Amino acid sequence: MTVKQRSGAPSLSTWLVYATVAFFILVVGGILFSVLLNSFASSWFGGWLPDGYTGEWYVFAAEEFNLWNVLVVTLAVAAIVTAISLAIGIPAGYALARRNFRGKSLALGLLILPLMVPPITYGIPLATMLYEYRLAGTIFGVILANLVPALPFVVLVMTPFIEQIDPNVERAARMMGASTSRMFVRVLLPLAIPGILAAGLLVFVRTIALFELTFLTAGANSQTLVVSLYYAAFSSGIRPAQSIDAMAVIYMVTTLVPLLLALRYVNPVNMVARGR
Amino acid sequence: MAATAKNQDQRPRKPKAKSRWGIDGSLLVLLGPALLLVALLFVWPFLYGIGVSLTPAPGREGIFSSYTAFFGDARERASIWNTLRLAVPATLINLLLAVPLAYRMRNPLKGQRLITVLFVVPMTLGVVLIARGMLTFLGPGGWFNKTLMTLGVIGEPLQLLNNYTGVLISLIIAEFPVMFLLLLGYASGIDPNLERAGRMLGAGAWQRFTRIMLPLMMPGIAIAAALGFMVTFAVFPSAVLVGEPAGSTRVIALAAWQAAYERFDYSMGSAIAIVMAVIELLVVAVILFARSRLYTGPASGGKG
Repeated sequence: MTVKQRSGAPSLSTWLVYATVAFFILVVGGILFSVLLNSFASSWFGGWLPDGYTGEWYVFAAEEFNLWNVLVVTLAVAAIVTAISLAIGIPAGYALARRNFRGKSLALGLLILPLMVPPITYGIPLATMLYEYRLAGTIFGVILANLVPALPFVVLVMTPFIEQIDPNVERAARMMGASTSRMFVRVLLPLAIPGILAAGLLVFVRTIALFELTFLTAGANSQTLVVSLYYAAFSSGIRPAQSIDAMAVIYMVTTLVPLLLALRYVNPVNMVARGR
Repeated sequence: MAATAKNQDQRPRKPKAKSRWGIDGSLLVLLGPALLLVALLFVWPFLYGIGVSLTPAPGREGIFSSYTAFFGDARERASIWNTLRLAVPATLINLLLAVPLAYRMRNPLKGQRLITVLFVVPMTLGVVLIARGMLTFLGPGGWFNKTLMTLGVIGEPLQLLNNYTGVLISLIIAEFPVMFLLLLGYASGIDPNLERAGRMLGAGAWQRFTRIMLPLMMPGIAIAAALGFMVTFAVFPSAVLVGEPAGSTRVIALAAWQAAYERFDYSMGSAIAIVMAVIELLVVAVILFARSRLYTGPASGGKG
């Protein structure tokens, strides 16, 4: 038996939903598209469209903002943060999914806490401490700071994912004589690949897009794209707006490519249900 | 009992030594590095920050001097109000938009997946890029004002940048998708049979929303409100880029940053950061306490 949800014609509230969504997407789309268009504009004074088109702002931005270096730093920081947080976070997620022990809720609470306070609140004391140990201003310091929210995020994504894997598979592997490490590498990891890919890509994107911690800990040679973009936008009178927007477009591409890859493995709804 | 106690002879079936607490060597190997990292890079800096904030900077005396200096200065104190003035309305507006939308989309509509993907994009790009794009799109000569003027809705361009409105808009664009997707997860997890039962018993659409779905969504709404407040209370880049950072949008995060990095007063910077964390955690605690008094039993039925 099927229960008919509602009569044929879409109701007023359905139209309201579509209208709200459409307005939001028009504004966001307008924002993104005007950035894209402006980055290719030779000049744009007051008209609906630019007065002419050119690709030279990308060349200009590459030199002016030291873009090549910034891009390498961004990708290196994001990749290293992703690798470390996966390497530490997957075993931790496994422990929280499979084991019961005293103090488990305390351990879980400690791991969630960094996601419960805004980065800037712990970022200022953290950066002060890193300056004390002469780590701030280096790539190493930027990586350490970015690990703070990345690791808990991986743990929170991996724990429910591992819970879904049938524990009997592990028991079978053990019965056939596999050691813990062998069982982990040969049985559990292959089964967890979709979850690992999702967690890895999302952490990668989040690290590229995380502004505050890099802003507080980076020096001139350890800035990531989003921090360079902030500084360029902050002093926007100095350079042509089109060159700043060219950098914004490059930032958009570096963020959206891994995001679109991640969306093959995760439902958008699950991206916020945990971790944020 | 010590964690390393060997009880193998007493419990021969267990292959490895386990203490009464269920903690053994392999657990420490699995969980230890993660806990150590959070302790070293989060807990320790926080404690260190408290220590720094209680160490008076040159020219001040007394262990609470950085705190009294912050609360004693009207301009610094105003940053709390400037932040709340943005964070509370932004959170409420986002809730007012996201709750009906999530409710309406609880049963998949046409194009549901596409819509959710489109919402994820601005959320991922972050507030720095949105603020940058707003400078072009919402400026006096931008497409937004041009469209409204062409349509005859307004006579002259709206001032949407470099003021309170600009920051509020940036917060709505960046946080609305997060809250909407969070609430959508909650709303679509509620068993549709509960609503059908209400319908069979004669409840109208409005009654079903206010008497069945809204109470069941309340725990999710509380979580969304707490997360939304947390992020908007820490607003920083857009308060500078599209706000009025010297005046009405001098938010508390900016005050903390200026103390630490412009005046190199790390004591004051840490003190403001801790005041900020305390206010934020207090508000979140109040929301979560209110949530704990709500019904949080099963509502998901078989739909999961």
